[in-house]
Amino acid sequence: MSDLTHLTIAQALSGLKNKDFTSVELTEAHINAMQDARDLNAFIVETPEKAMEQAKASDARRASGDAGLLEGIPMAIKDLFCTEGVQTTASSKILEGFIPQYESTVTTNMFRDGAVMLGKVGLDEFAMGSSNTTSYFGNIINPWKANDGKDLVPGGSSGGSAAAVAARIAMGATGTDTGGSIRQPAAFCGLAGIKPTYGRCSRWGIIAFASSLDQAGPIARTSEDCAIMLESMAGFDAKDSTSADKPVPKFTESLTGDMKGLRVGIPKEYRMDGTPDEIVKIWDQGIAWAKDAGAEIVDVSLPHTKYALPTYYIIAPAEASSNLSRYDGVRYGLRVDEGGNLNDMYAKTRAEGFGDEVKRRIMIGAYVLSAGYYDAYYIKAQKVRRLILNDFIKAYEQCDVLLTPTAPSSAFAIGENEDDPIKMYLNDVFTVPASLAGVPGMSIPAGLDAKGLPLGLQILGRPWDEATVLKVGHAIEQKAGFNAIPQSLLNKKAA
Amino acid sequence: MAHALIKGETGEWEIVIGMEVHAQVIANSKLFSGASTQFGAEPNSQVSLVDAAMPGMLPVLNAHVVEQAVRTGLGLNSKINNRSVFARKNYFYADLPQGYQISQFEDPIVGLGKIEIDLPDGTTKEIGITRLHLEQDAGKSMHDQHPSKSFVDLNRSGCALMEIVSEPDIRGPEEAAAYLSKLRMILRYLGTCDGNMDEGSMRADVNVSVRRPGGELGTRAEIKNVNSVKAVQMAIDYEVQRQIEILEDGGKIVQETRLWDPSRNETRSMRGKEDAHDYRYFPDPDLLPLVISNDYIEDIRKTLPELPDEKKHRFMNNFGLSLYDSSVLIAERPRADYYEAVANDRDAKLAANWVINELLGALNKDDKHITQSPITAEQLGGLITLISDNTISGKIAKDVFAEMYSSGKDAATIVDEKGLKQVTDTGAIEAVIDEVIAENPDNVAAYKGGKDKLFGFFVGQTMKKTGGKANPGIVNEILRKKLND
Repeated sequence: MSDLTHLTIAQALSGLKNKDFTSVELTEAHINAMQDARDLNAFIVETPEKAMEQAKASDARRASGDAGLLEGIPMAIKDLFCTEGVQTTASSKILEGFIPQYESTVTTNMFRDGAVMLGKVGLDEFAMGSSNTTSYFGNIINPWKANDGKDLVPGGSSGGSAAAVAARIAMGATGTDTGGSIRQPAAFCGLAGIKPTYGRCSRWGIIAFASSLDQAGPIARTSEDCAIMLESMAGFDAKDSTSADKPVPKFTESLTGDMKGLRVGIPKEYRMDGTPDEIVKIWDQGIAWAKDAGAEIVDVSLPHTKYALPTYYIIAPAEASSNLSRYDGVRYGLRVDEGGNLNDMYAKTRAEGFGDEVKRRIMIGAYVLSAGYYDAYYIKAQKVRRLILNDFIKAYEQCDVLLTPTAPSSAFAIGENEDDPIKMYLNDVFTVPASLAGVPGMSIPAGLDAKGLPLGLQILGRPWDEATVLKVGHAIEQKAGFNAIPQSLLNKKAA
Repeated sequence: MAHALIKGETGEWEIVIGMEVHAQVIANSKLFSGASTQFGAEPNSQVSLVDAAMPGMLPVLNAHVVEQAVRTGLGLNSKINNRSVFARKNYFYADLPQGYQISQFEDPIVGLGKIEIDLPDGTTKEIGITRLHLEQDAGKSMHDQHPSKSFVDLNRSGCALMEIVSEPDIRGPEEAAAYLSKLRMILRYLGTCDGNMDEGSMRADVNVSVRRPGGELGTRAEIKNVNSVKAVQMAIDYEVQRQIEILEDGGKIVQETRLWDPSRNETRSMRGKEDAHDYRYFPDPDLLPLVISNDYIEDIRKTLPELPDEKKHRFMNNFGLSLYDSSVLIAERPRADYYEAVANDRDAKLAANWVINELLGALNKDDKHITQSPITAEQLGGLITLISDNTISGKIAKDVFAEMYSSGKDAATIVDEKGLKQVTDTGAIEAVIDEVIAENPDNVAAYKGGKDKLFGFFVGQTMKKTGGKANPGIVNEILRKKLND
């Protein structure tokens, strides 16, 4: 553990620029941190040699005056991004040992800009989950501990990403968000994370969960770091037909710290029965901070919010059931083939290769698409999805951004919520509507609850207006002054 | 043509057929990837990451294929849909890497249309086109490479297919054959499918049912794997007999998919309705709806070639050709082009006779295509000109043609070299005729006594003496004058 690992990306970039330290030094410090924190099980594959090579190359580039946006910054890559020559598994047994011959567009962009890859971090299997307890490679542990010292989940599905950044192993990490998979783990780990507008980042080379919802985005320690990373990750890609041919703004330029002239909408439907007091309290606090920063507060309504979760749990599994058909044991990954015919091989391979949650969602998906149920479920869900988008469009006539809690609780203990999938799915209640609408959303660290665990606030914006979302996130972050770090790190730091 | 009704034991039956034709689109790359579509390459040598369905790969629509589909739709006189949607058809098979085929389901790129088919009795009939949609081809499973394993070749995986669905307007095996032939002809004219059924670039599924004439539609069977025009006719004949026998025995037809077995000339049940897949179609979320403008459609329409039926009607109207001759000539675009070059500013009917009877006959004997003809259109035109201006007679022309076919020389050269110019000098012909009359006094007497048929004898003798070069019209005229005096 060294102080280098406690820098933000912005600080590190300026340190590298000022020659206070090199990328090799910065990367070594993070490799050490990675090796010291193996108990968190954040990484599926560590790539220290690759990292050192990249760091050396980065130092050389910087010396030649050719520094990119992320020049020399050590990062963790969610194991849903295909990385050339490095095992990529989606945390599933069915892809164990799979080594892509290609690099995802998002990681290609980041490497182009000088990013250093420390390794591949775990996730809920195929990004299906909110707890990181569904990975074939074992649970990932949140570096934050509650007062009782129990191991907590880092959230999910980008739990490895969040755990690695929170534990100061990586300065930032890629995440993907289908129904909240960047925002909820960011909140659970005291971090900032943004899911950009659907179409902002290319999905090419990212293992698909639900194609109409999946979006890549960064998890980092501040809004500023998220802005820096997103600028690198985003951009049009002709290889993804759903990628938008729009210029990427200079997101960092919008981080002024004030919110004058901005209208912040507070959706009344997000004040749900049974939401814990502490969540309501931090939300109210966020509203006060926004006002303080010069924003106008507006009450708005998103009337179809209550249908978002069931809609999501029809559309996402439907797409997943089809997207995951390619894992059939024929061309790559696991094959279980002990005699029998082709159908037996499929059945055995998929029975052994997929975990329970993945199977559950494949079955739900196949069911809602099947003849006789398609109209009642899938088509109906698509109609509701449209209504949910309309809610947002209408709300944005009255306001520029929405402010809500990110998750209905702080991080929970590993094993909790496991008996009841519905209870687990409720974790996404605040994040799923924006996913269905395709609008950008971010979570920023706002404070600690009574157990000493981080709570996040969510900012949702207009399509393609990540700049304002980041601006508001940054401003509230300044007011919140969140600077807590996990107790375990303080102990190590002191030691 | 009247509907071909089949006489059964209990009365007459009417055959009802609808066809689904899969036509591989002529394009250098696949429907959603940049991999090559060349036929006959080494197995798995033309497979992109997308075609192999590697994790995280995404389809990108091939714009040229869209243009080809629109062109085909226009050639089938069909409505082009401004908005169409790609959908996933989900099923597992070893040669289907994605676990789904990207196809079009509820919203195809091409809607209702029609084509005209030419029947053997010289009549035509309109067959409705229900739709045309784009879809990916699957790979190929090979079960004969290893004693216990199957191999998979993904070269074909992802190639663009057009599925062209007809209305159930077809009423028998001849109509089915005529439909398939005409469809193939149109696709070839358009350059959107090479129509090579033996290479699998055009395949037909045939839906067959029988009913009492004009009655309610019967239950149909879908016959797959019918890969030639002849096989389509044979499969229908077999299937119709099978269905009639079952119905006349008091049985019921089950809706099922049947496979045509060309080695045994029969259809066999492949899977019944209860085993039918639930394909769980849904719009592919990796692809946006395909939206095309009217301007785009009109720009393509402007590039359409003259299509077979238009050409056929033009040949009949402008050249005065019969339906039969026109149909033969338009069967292939190179053939029609050849004909038009021959007929250019010449006797069009005469040109048609020579192209059809002499040239196509000779080529057919040698198993050659019109594009391999040893006589160019210009050369054949030269021959026609020599006939029309009476330089040579039709009979001599046949000899000249044979010489042209084997030597490749121009007609005029051959006529010059061999001195085959027709004699039109009436004095010279008259002298020969006088000789003939003098040499055959008996026949002259017989003719004059009423044996009119002997006229031919005198013509023959005259032609013989002139080596066939005498102008037959002049010979007739002088002979008649002399004999009837």
